[in-house]
Amino acid sequence: MSGHRLAGTTLRSRTAAAVADERLRANVARAVDRFASHRLRGLAELDDGHGGGPDALRRAARAVKADVLARLPELLERFADRVLDLGGHVCWAPTAADARRYVVDVVRSTGARRVAKSKSMATEEIDLNPALEAAGAEVVETDLGEWIVQLAGEAPSHIIAPALHKDRHQIRDLFVDAVAAPADLPTEPAELVAFARRRLRDVFLGADVGVTGANVAVASTGSIVLVTNEGNGRLVTALPRVHVVVLGMERLAADWDQAELLLALLARSATGQRLSSYTSVVTGPRGPGEVDGPEELHVVILDNGRSELLGGEHHEMLACIRCGACLNVCPVYRQTGGHAYGWVYPGPMGAVLTPLLAAGHPEAAEVADASTLCGACMDACPVQIPLQDLLLSLRRTKAERAGRAERAAWRTWSAAWSDPRRYAATTRAATWGRWAAPVARHLPVARRWASGRTVPRPAGERFRDRWRRGL
Amino acid sequence: MRVSLLITCVADVLAPEVGTAAVRVLRAAGCEVTCNLDQTCCGQPAWNAGFAEDAARVARTTLAALEADLDAGAEAVVVPAGSCATMVRVFWPELFEVVGDHDAAARARRVGERTRELSELIDARAGALPPLRLARPLRVALHASCHMLRELRVAEPPGRLAAAVEGCEVLDWDGADRCCGFGGTFGVKLPEASVAMADEKLRALAEGAPEADVLVGCDTSCLVHLAARAEATGRPLVVRHLAEVLADALPGDGERSGGGERGS
Repeated sequence: MSGHRLAGTTLRSRTAAAVADERLRANVARAVDRFASHRLRGLAELDDGHGGGPDALRRAARAVKADVLARLPELLERFADRVLDLGGHVCWAPTAADARRYVVDVVRSTGARRVAKSKSMATEEIDLNPALEAAGAEVVETDLGEWIVQLAGEAPSHIIAPALHKDRHQIRDLFVDAVAAPADLPTEPAELVAFARRRLRDVFLGADVGVTGANVAVASTGSIVLVTNEGNGRLVTALPRVHVVVLGMERLAADWDQAELLLALLARSATGQRLSSYTSVVTGPRGPGEVDGPEELHVVILDNGRSELLGGEHHEMLACIRCGACLNVCPVYRQTGGHAYGWVYPGPMGAVLTPLLAAGHPEAAEVADASTLCGACMDACPVQIPLQDLLLSLRRTKAERAGRAERAAWRTWSAAWSDPRRYAATTRAATWGRWAAPVARHLPVARRWASGRTVPRPAGERFRDRWRRGL
Repeated sequence: MRVSLLITCVADVLAPEVGTAAVRVLRAAGCEVTCNLDQTCCGQPAWNAGFAEDAARVARTTLAALEADLDAGAEAVVVPAGSCATMVRVFWPELFEVVGDHDAAARARRVGERTRELSELIDARAGALPPLRLARPLRVALHASCHMLRELRVAEPPGRLAAAVEGCEVLDWDGADRCCGFGGTFGVKLPEASVAMADEKLRALAEGAPEADVLVGCDTSCLVHLAARAEATGRPLVVRHLAEVLADALPGDGERSGGGERGS
């Protein structure tokens, strides 16, 4: 779905559409409240009362990611060498198109008819499913939420819970419409899960290729780690003959000590769990004497704009471990859900990543505006990414390319308000009356304020007039 | 203690009574207040929109005004707005570095170190205040604004100050620390999302503290935003800056209690 919703829409049109959907807003708010409160409870468990609790772990995790990024090329080489030593294949994919082409070729060469996927934002980023389908493969998402959005023909609206914008009634109706579930299928979550499990079981058994992302890749052993709560990651990697991993190149840990810390914070920050229900480790293809695992293992190391960020102004964004904590505390995401962000990654991390990674889309830059800069995301981030600073930086980049009218408006403002006398002149009530009211009627800014809000009236006498008269 | 008041453009133009109240409370707490009228705005709207040069141009003027007051003997800059205090203390040095004005950045750091949000400064000097008492009891719901909470980390002082006022009951409610949706230029760039955020906050207020007489905060811009939304939906909301509540509770001021509300 990548890019599809950016073209021909604006951030405002998408947020307005999302906000108008009361049911979506209620569903999103309910879900993020649950996630956010679980996260707080999960982190509170770590508090040892001596300052060694969650914040110390966050600092440690930030240091781990800083270390990884500082020597990323070397660690990637080590990781790739280990994968090759184990008998796997490695593809270095500079762009989304390169990654797509490689995976399609693998699927074609195996003659696969059915591809089973475990939830992966990296494969969303490279728009893999349509490419595989165009090549004649049937692609089935096996994460429940991801399967739901696939059936609905939608993109994930949350990086951890792709279908959180739908409630169970909508999901039951979708199952009935899309996969011929019995019309009397109850809307109890357990029943919906049982139905999906029965359907997906056949997919696992009949799939020729399994495609996954990777939550962490461990350089020292060439392992990839997948965390899921449904066990689908394990089935997708164990049953099909071929396993293809699409790995965002920054998702590395040097060794298992680093990986352990990142995994612990990932689970707690995402859902409040101590560990996800399933932590699956894949180290190479099936070895001699092993009873399961793929015969062939392919790891696609995806760059797609990441290496350009290394060492630059937005370097710290590469520390993101994709936990979704920032989405769950974001007051904007809460009102809009994920689709309003227009690309693959939503919420505060998406407002930063979209302008950086979807840079080919001219509409991507304005996604940095999807924040009030309230700072809640920075407090929640397990690796302490300065999201607000990154958003401000992206807005500066955008401002450099702003249209003449917008630049002129700020220029006029700053010329007036950098001079105390002109500030005083433009804020005098009599002056306001003369120019503010007619201007306000024509300025889009004023119209936008006035849509749904009354326009504040300036006081007859400013504070500076009172002060001059004597207080 | 002599303090220099950064009134903020929002309070100067839209809510001068906030400035008047702040001056009275500061004086009651033993401060001598100066206000250099060469100040204009902190530059925050342009900074948040990405127009750093324009922000710096305006901020330089206000920086010079505050600096002049400090050079003339003021010990602190006091700001009756968490957001503008954050701009001065946290973002000014960054802003001037971004535009390559290292001299202004260094000066901004010196000013920033001595800048306090109003409730923070009053709280530190609470011992100097006379007993505060409202003539008419007032039930107060507090709005905790984002920058105060998460940039300045000034979380406790507003509630502590309000609760210390006799006749002032501070109500607990879920959502007090949720963003109001104003966000400077955000409010006009994405008005639908902004209004939805205000609506959720107002709904939480109506559900969590239905008995509140007034919504009190330390950022006029948030309060103006919420009041403007409430008024547009036909459910007017009384909002007041904390300084106004405290000023009303000063000795000999009982007759003014309850007056001067905005937004209704």
